[in-house]
Amino acid sequence: MEYTILLLILPLLSFLLLGLLGSYMKPKVAGIIGTLSLVGIAVVSYLTAYNYFAAGRNAEGVFPTLMPHNWKWLPFGEGLSIDLGVMLDPISVMMLVVISTVSLMVHIYSLGYTKGERGFQRYYAFLSLFTMSMLGLVVATNIFQMYIFWELVGVSSYLLIGFYYTKPAAIAASKKAFIVTRFADLGFLIGILIYGFYTGTFSFEPNTAHLISAGAMIPLALSLMFVGGAGKSAMFPLHIWLPDAMEGPTPVSALIHAATMVVAGVFLVARMFPLFIDYAPEVLPWIAYIGAFTALYAAAVACVQSDIKRVLAFSTISQIGFMMVALGVSTSMDPHNGGLGYMASMFHLFTHAMFKALLFLGAGSIIHAVHSNEMSAMGGLRRYMPVTHITFLIACLAIAGIWPLSGFFSKDEILAACFDFSPLMGWTMTAIAGMTAFYMFRLYYCIFWGKENKELHKAHTPKESPLTMTLPLMILAVITCVAGFIPFGEFVSSNGTAYHIHIDATTATISLVVAMCSIALATLVYARSKQPIAEALATRFSGLHTAAYNRFYIDKAWLFVTKQIIFRCISTPIAWFDKHIIDGFFNMSARCTAYLAEKIKWMQNSHIQQYCIWFLAGTVVLTIILLIL
Amino acid sequence: MRQELGVIVVFLIMFVCDLLLPENRRKLLHPIACILLTVQMLITIVPTDVTLFGGMYHSTPIASALKTILSFGTLLAFLQCTDWLNREDSKHKIGEFYTLSLSTLIGMYFMVSADHFLLFFLGLELATVPMACLVAFDKYKEHSGEAAAKFILYALFSSGIFLYGVSLLYGATGSLYFADVAPKLHGCELQILAMVFVFAGLAFKLSLVPFHLWTADTYQGAPTVVGGMLSAVSKGAAAFALMTVLVKVFGNMIALSSTMLSIIIVVTITIGNLFAIRQRNMKRFMAFSSISQAGYILLAMLGNPAQGTASLVYYIVVYVVANMAVFGIINAIEQKSDRVLRDDYKGLYATNPKLALVMTLALFSLAGIPPFAGFFSKFMVFAAAFNEGHYLVVFLALINTVISLYYYLLVVKAMYIDSSENPIPAFKSNWYMRISLLLSLAGILTFGLVSCLYQTFSSLMVN
Repeated sequence: MEYTILLLILPLLSFLLLGLLGSYMKPKVAGIIGTLSLVGIAVVSYLTAYNYFAAGRNAEGVFPTLMPHNWKWLPFGEGLSIDLGVMLDPISVMMLVVISTVSLMVHIYSLGYTKGERGFQRYYAFLSLFTMSMLGLVVATNIFQMYIFWELVGVSSYLLIGFYYTKPAAIAASKKAFIVTRFADLGFLIGILIYGFYTGTFSFEPNTAHLISAGAMIPLALSLMFVGGAGKSAMFPLHIWLPDAMEGPTPVSALIHAATMVVAGVFLVARMFPLFIDYAPEVLPWIAYIGAFTALYAAAVACVQSDIKRVLAFSTISQIGFMMVALGVSTSMDPHNGGLGYMASMFHLFTHAMFKALLFLGAGSIIHAVHSNEMSAMGGLRRYMPVTHITFLIACLAIAGIWPLSGFFSKDEILAACFDFSPLMGWTMTAIAGMTAFYMFRLYYCIFWGKENKELHKAHTPKESPLTMTLPLMILAVITCVAGFIPFGEFVSSNGTAYHIHIDATTATISLVVAMCSIALATLVYARSKQPIAEALATRFSGLHTAAYNRFYIDKAWLFVTKQIIFRCISTPIAWFDKHIIDGFFNMSARCTAYLAEKIKWMQNSHIQQYCIWFLAGTVVLTIILLIL
Repeated sequence: MRQELGVIVVFLIMFVCDLLLPENRRKLLHPIACILLTVQMLITIVPTDVTLFGGMYHSTPIASALKTILSFGTLLAFLQCTDWLNREDSKHKIGEFYTLSLSTLIGMYFMVSADHFLLFFLGLELATVPMACLVAFDKYKEHSGEAAAKFILYALFSSGIFLYGVSLLYGATGSLYFADVAPKLHGCELQILAMVFVFAGLAFKLSLVPFHLWTADTYQGAPTVVGGMLSAVSKGAAAFALMTVLVKVFGNMIALSSTMLSIIIVVTITIGNLFAIRQRNMKRFMAFSSISQAGYILLAMLGNPAQGTASLVYYIVVYVVANMAVFGIINAIEQKSDRVLRDDYKGLYATNPKLALVMTLALFSLAGIPPFAGFFSKFMVFAAAFNEGHYLVVFLALINTVISLYYYLLVVKAMYIDSSENPIPAFKSNWYMRISLLLSLAGILTFGLVSCLYQTFSSLMVN
């Protein structure tokens, strides 16, 4: 499997080529180079997945963890070192497939979407950088390599959100995303350092004796790592950057802010899952509660947003909440007995990546046609854009959890795991799943049915997007239709043994009924061109509506906390301290240095006799010191 | 021994070519020298372990890796010297430059792999005396002669001290073989005196404070290429030789030698930095910068032999590429416009952006800013000293890196931020210089991130 190193080299080369020489190329050539490198990566990924799973299980009945490459990069004396390499295990191989598939689709799609855009070459260079970082993150052989690529992913996300750098909103959003996630990454880094200090290694499988002797430090380290994961995966209350990140180009939102980067936090928890189960079982339920609250909160906000990308952003937050919940409700490594959530979470990650990328790319196609993100500019688009319409509908059905689309299967596993944990959790998540179906169909009806904005459409008739854009939509739609039938448990499960997915009849019925009811409700409220019920509800519960529309004022709360409390009470005194004490100290030492430098210049008076005296004096003084000691 | 023979063959070929080539064909010597040295470097790149001359000569794998580095540094200097040698006043002695530099290289080779004090001394002198001729190469320039006079007088003085120390060792132990001397040392007064004297003799070559006073005058007066070789190649060889002597001969007196090193390190780095801040002439500036860098190299000697030697060699290779890049640029600018002051560099970015960029990266590497190679090499020597418990020295050295950052950034500031009414005009370097700078740049950018280099040195120490 040595060829897996190509997964990192190919995108790096393409990044360097496009980044350094892009301005000498025609935009089209740059796009084709970027896309071709992605084709290569996708081929290598699929080959890796095929070879890995075809090689079969080892004597213990699990797929072995392979490390085709592992270089010691920065040794810190004995034992502890930062390594770089490639590690293959079921979840990293699964992620390789997800990332390369979605990234390839996005590369092809962007050929049409960003055609004629300024900085087309730069765009593809950044996409390559992102792909390399994300692949490096999932194949990391140790937590520190993961952190390095984690930050690289953050940087490329920052660069891509701010792609339209002449737009103030995009710049503000890119900064917000970077700062919020960096803030969370501080926790991650501290967690890593604690982990490294107590276990003496950065690898994922430390010495058991060290883990036991570390005691309560391991749960602390893991919790801090989760904070980093929560930042990247937009868990409440660190979710505030994700909706704003929608200022970036829509294909970027599909790739980074829906399918791959934002699930890095889930991947992190899954990667550390064995340690969580054995050494920090008390932390897991908290992850579940945070995930559940985030899912509920984001679903509520998504119900009233009017910008289609915002709706999708909140829906992403909500779905990641589902994945976190699934990990959090796991209580053991055995998938048959309490460990189902792990498999469910990874399965949902996989299916969600596909249908959410489809939704975002569909949204991009719509925005491309009507030149607006607002629902008010849409309505009745089904007549103009048939391919986008059908594929979008498929994705909506999948996320709502309708049989036989992929979302049904993964969501069903999550709900089953939740019901195993506690009935309350099960019912809550079922209700949130119902809300999901409702807001997704609200979105669907408002775009494709509902009240058409005839005035706007007359001035500029929407038309179906070119083939470069619709082809990825169709491919993803096909994947969304069939992905549910992949025997996912055969490949990925908490302890590595084969798990045969079986649909729990009760859970499946409940969730199907709830989803159908929600869709029916959405149809009743939003399908027609006049929407009296929606307006009546909005007026009736105007307080709630406004609060939800303003995302329950969480952004405002953060602004209050940062501006009024942190800036005023903490930053100002620190700034004073920095200016007067720290700077004063350095100014003083600089002045002393300059003074000393002036005072000793007589030593260097260019007389060779004097030089020799100094030489001799130095020798004698040194000897005397050594003799005395 | 293949490496020494290789250089001797290159030397002889150059000598014969110099004799046979007619006056107007002398310029052919440049490509011949560069190609031959590259070939010598490449065919002997695999490290070997050889003992010869009844044990007087012992080339360990790590020493042969170091020799490759020294050849590489000399190659960079060869690539940088063409413009200077092609000038009217020196083009009749192109061949001399090459033969002299190659003989110092042979001297250094013997010095780093000697296992006997006589051979060691022969190597030391062979490395020093031709170097003095090189310093005096521009003999019709006043400064060059003065620099050479200072260099050779100082070298003689330090050789005297060194030999005094060696004779004391012979008196104390009755042998000059490293292996025979070492077990008989236990740290009595006479032996302390011997150690300090031997150390002082080598400290001259490394220009450690207070044995450094020749450095600035010599660098300033010497041709810039020679300054580069003095600061990078010669220093690298001396550092390795010093470490070898301290480990192989004075291994029993480790407590004393590390006290001595600690004192010298702190004094060297601090004084070097203090003087560097004041310099306006770039060559004097680089002289003091190289003094303080020598202090950092010494930190590696505080580590245990395995880790210390690996990090020392790693530091040397990183230092050689960065320092040769800086000297190359100073040289290029000096040849084109005859200007060497820091103030002359104002606005360089506007007129010669590529040169300014390479200079910046090289200075960043010297200052130890990640992700350039210098950060990792500093990290390794700090780690080597830290692991042996020399916390205070490491801390003081760390503080000094901040000061060094200041004066390196002064140059960067001059190039990028300050404007000048009379900037250095835009010019194109020849291909030799470009290749040299590209090689250095590649080293600065990759030696840190590609960790296999340090691992290789480390594994050479284990075997």
